[in-house]
Amino acid sequence: MSLAWEPVIGLEVHAELLTEAKIFCGCSARFGAAPNENTCPVCLGLPGVLPVPNGKVVDFALRLGLATNSRIARTSRWARKNYFYPDLPKGYQISQYELPICEGGYVEIDVGDAVRRIGLVRIHMEEDTGKNIHDARADASLVDFNRSGVPLLEIVSAPELRSPEEAGAYLRALRTLLRYLEICDGNMEEGSFRCDANVSVRPAGSSELGVKVEVKNMNSFRAVERALAYEIARQIDALESGEPVVQETRLWDPEAERTRPMRRKEYAHDYRYFPDPDLPPLRVDDGWIDRVRADLPELPRTRRDRLVRQYGLPRYDAEVLTARKDLADFFEEAVREHPNPKAISNWTMGEVLRVVRERGLDRELVIRDWPVPPRSLARLVRLVDEGKISGKIAKQVFEKMLAGGGSPEEIVEAEGLVQVSDESELERAIREVLASHADKVEEYRAGKEKLFGFFVGQAMKRLGGKAHPGKLNELLRRALSAAPKGEERP
Amino acid sequence: MTDPFRLSVREARRLLDEGELSSKELTRATLERIHGTDEVLGAFLTVCEDLALRQAEESDSRRGRPLSPLDGIPVGVKDVICTRGVRTTAASRMLESFVPPYDATVVERLRRAGAVLVGKLNCDEFAMGSSTENSAFRRTRNPWDRERVPGGSSGGSAAAVAARQCPLALGTDTGGSIRQPAALCGVVGLKPTYGRVSRYGVVAYASSLEQVGPIAREVWDCAAALGVLAGHDPADATSVPREVPDYLGVLERPLGRPRVGLPSEYFGDGIDPVVRDRVLSAVEVLRELGAEVGETSLPHTPYAVACYYLVATAEASSNLARYDGIRYGFRAPDAKDLLDLYCRTRRLGFGPEVKRRIMLGTYALSAGYYEAYYLRAQKVRTLIRRDFETAFSRYDVLATPTSPTSAFPLGSRLHDPLQMYLSDVLTIAVNLAGLPAISLPCGFDDSGLPVGLQLVGRPFEEETILRLGHAYQSATSWHRAEPPLDQRGSTGG
Ligand SMILES: [Zn+2]
Repeated sequence: MSLAWEPVIGLEVHAELLTEAKIFCGCSARFGAAPNENTCPVCLGLPGVLPVPNGKVVDFALRLGLATNSRIARTSRWARKNYFYPDLPKGYQISQYELPICEGGYVEIDVGDAVRRIGLVRIHMEEDTGKNIHDARADASLVDFNRSGVPLLEIVSAPELRSPEEAGAYLRALRTLLRYLEICDGNMEEGSFRCDANVSVRPAGSSELGVKVEVKNMNSFRAVERALAYEIARQIDALESGEPVVQETRLWDPEAERTRPMRRKEYAHDYRYFPDPDLPPLRVDDGWIDRVRADLPELPRTRRDRLVRQYGLPRYDAEVLTARKDLADFFEEAVREHPNPKAISNWTMGEVLRVVRERGLDRELVIRDWPVPPRSLARLVRLVDEGKISGKIAKQVFEKMLAGGGSPEEIVEAEGLVQVSDESELERAIREVLASHADKVEEYRAGKEKLFGFFVGQAMKRLGGKAHPGKLNELLRRALSAAPKGEERP
Repeated sequence: MTDPFRLSVREARRLLDEGELSSKELTRATLERIHGTDEVLGAFLTVCEDLALRQAEESDSRRGRPLSPLDGIPVGVKDVICTRGVRTTAASRMLESFVPPYDATVVERLRRAGAVLVGKLNCDEFAMGSSTENSAFRRTRNPWDRERVPGGSSGGSAAAVAARQCPLALGTDTGGSIRQPAALCGVVGLKPTYGRVSRYGVVAYASSLEQVGPIAREVWDCAAALGVLAGHDPADATSVPREVPDYLGVLERPLGRPRVGLPSEYFGDGIDPVVRDRVLSAVEVLRELGAEVGETSLPHTPYAVACYYLVATAEASSNLARYDGIRYGFRAPDAKDLLDLYCRTRRLGFGPEVKRRIMLGTYALSAGYYEAYYLRAQKVRTLIRRDFETAFSRYDVLATPTSPTSAFPLGSRLHDPLQMYLSDVLTIAVNLAGLPAISLPCGFDDSGLPVGLQLVGRPFEEETILRLGHAYQSATSWHRAEPPLDQRGSTGG
């Protein structure tokens, strides 16, 4: 990229909220029902029906508003956004316009070693639309209204992002936050976390904005970063070759790895926003805000910094552990049981996360069905720390725990996995190994020191892998050097 | 005993309670009256014969322990109010075949109160109009003169009550649509305070203005109906959680000395002198009943009609967007693509007045005009509301004519929308301010056509206008006059 150009990126994110009910009726808002199963006269917009706001949606908006340090409007207003589309049952979408519920917050991201605050213009609530399904065989278009009336938050960033990587970092931070607050599952593939981008390019140092292009249809973080990189390069190319950038909406084509202009609409949109006369202004008092605030969890970045401070974890570990609230909860519960944070962090990031991913448990917003309970993991680590089992045996015990074998102590007991530290037992095994491998002993003593490992392995095998490795090494070394030697080495 | 269909709600209630009459007899007489007169009158769009008789039988089984004052009483419902399992058309081609899977809250409340649903009443399409001539299906005639309009948009409701086709009907009032037809047909029409009665299930025209209310022959009947209809509805976010008074219980309370204000703007130019004369005579009766009468002013009245037509059409343009031929109701055949489907469906499905209002509203909300029209209208609306607040700081009730003229001839204003819009000039401001108001018959003009007196009250003080109206009806007999209609519906001579 030429140094002479500076990209300016603003993102609009639509996050589907995980409330039980839809935003203006009692229908289930959950994903995955048969077409039109979760509908009623209200979310189908039949004649005469009226919307009634779901207070839970407001709670969720306030959660995000408070978590991003936004100004909370004590009075906000529902507005109608009027347009025609087959999946829009009322001919308008209930949204917020002039007076959104939150304004002026920010999301923090890390850029190198620095922290950047990305401003939020607004956060507002709105209803989702249905979904058109084009059935080529039946030569028909069908509409599924299950999503109609599912609550959304629209989160609009200021045009303060300066690179595709920053945009990616912002989106990840925002998604982590939404998940922490347990208000959105952040699933881009399923469309519950959607992103549109506004991109322009201007000469570096200029304070004026260039002509902006809206990019849509990006359904993964990778797609966002690729699309932005492509679009920025495309705009720079155009400007450098003296062609104007046209203000338009472009779609990201992931196969072709390029953006292309969206089919031009029949006419320009004029949404004719106006306050919804069916809905009184939404008033949020201090009591409501205080209740929501009291219920806020510790936020991911604060928690990450605390984990580093409190447990002396490497920043990388803290970052991984706080990417999900439930993972950090798991870690801290385990540490409370047995305070060896680094070992528990290693186990959590390694074995536990591996199984979580294998079993797809992380598809849920909150993992309740952990492969092993945090306190069991902690007790497993404690057995290692107390020298009762080796690290290697601990892996075996972990596998048995996964298979439902009970607590680590029970498994160690039942399977006779307790580490052998008894010196006479160890020495007996060593004696037997040395006796049956006299030739190798000779070689070792002749200087082939690599054979030490061989003896360790043989002794281990004889003891069923349960020998205390440190003690075994020590006794073996003593045994090998105590016996008579052919020649003394210098 | 008089023919049962001639009974008011109050009279029928007494006979039902005394065992002199069964709901089934009353309902059967009502249905016969409808069959005998409606071919000519044209008040009903749907008659629910079987449903009504079944509900009447159920009511009779409760004899001696009625659910409510309306138990066993036949009621007609304006066809913009949804009735589960009963076709609800809003008098539009667009909804010709629409059978709602749910009841409007007011209908639900009527059912729970034991009322008998006899049918759905004609109106202007989507409640847009002042003469019921905008119905896509039939024209309703004024029972006092078959060549004249019954008023609108609840013209079917008012005509049916006046013609003794049913003792009680529900209407909706967006700019006077209950009171103006009540005045033109010589019956009582009550528009409650905005938020008093649920709008859930009422096919929306202008959400911030409209309210459901009763039309009957006696104030007592309207009070009884309001007691059933009123109250907070969790399904309507604009309905107000406020206690509902016992309207019948307070009706007979001594009046005391209510202060009645006459807003000068409502008695000036444009008001038929005969109408003014009859209303002033009615005010004299109020004075004799103990009212203290004085003059007042509502200075922003001249802007009310313009303000109303901006707000109402803006809301209508949005509320009617859902009729697109995709999910229910009318769909134009042979559309070549989606846009064509929308355009043809709406072109063929809507009548001219509805299209006119959608166009006006779309314009008023469009980018660049929003501030100049819609927003400005909202500011004017605030000024109009303040006018009333000022007047109500001195007066308990305002008295005015309901309509500037008596019933006008069919077709006479149909091609002059502006003239038609002025039919509601005396009622519109009340909707903009969200106030309760009632129209009462207060005499006849020289052609024998009814004239209406409008009483406007403070928000949520329906009792005040009901008590004053009840006292007026106890002292006068205008409401007893019956249009000269024989069994075949022809006006006698
Ligand atoms: Zn629903």
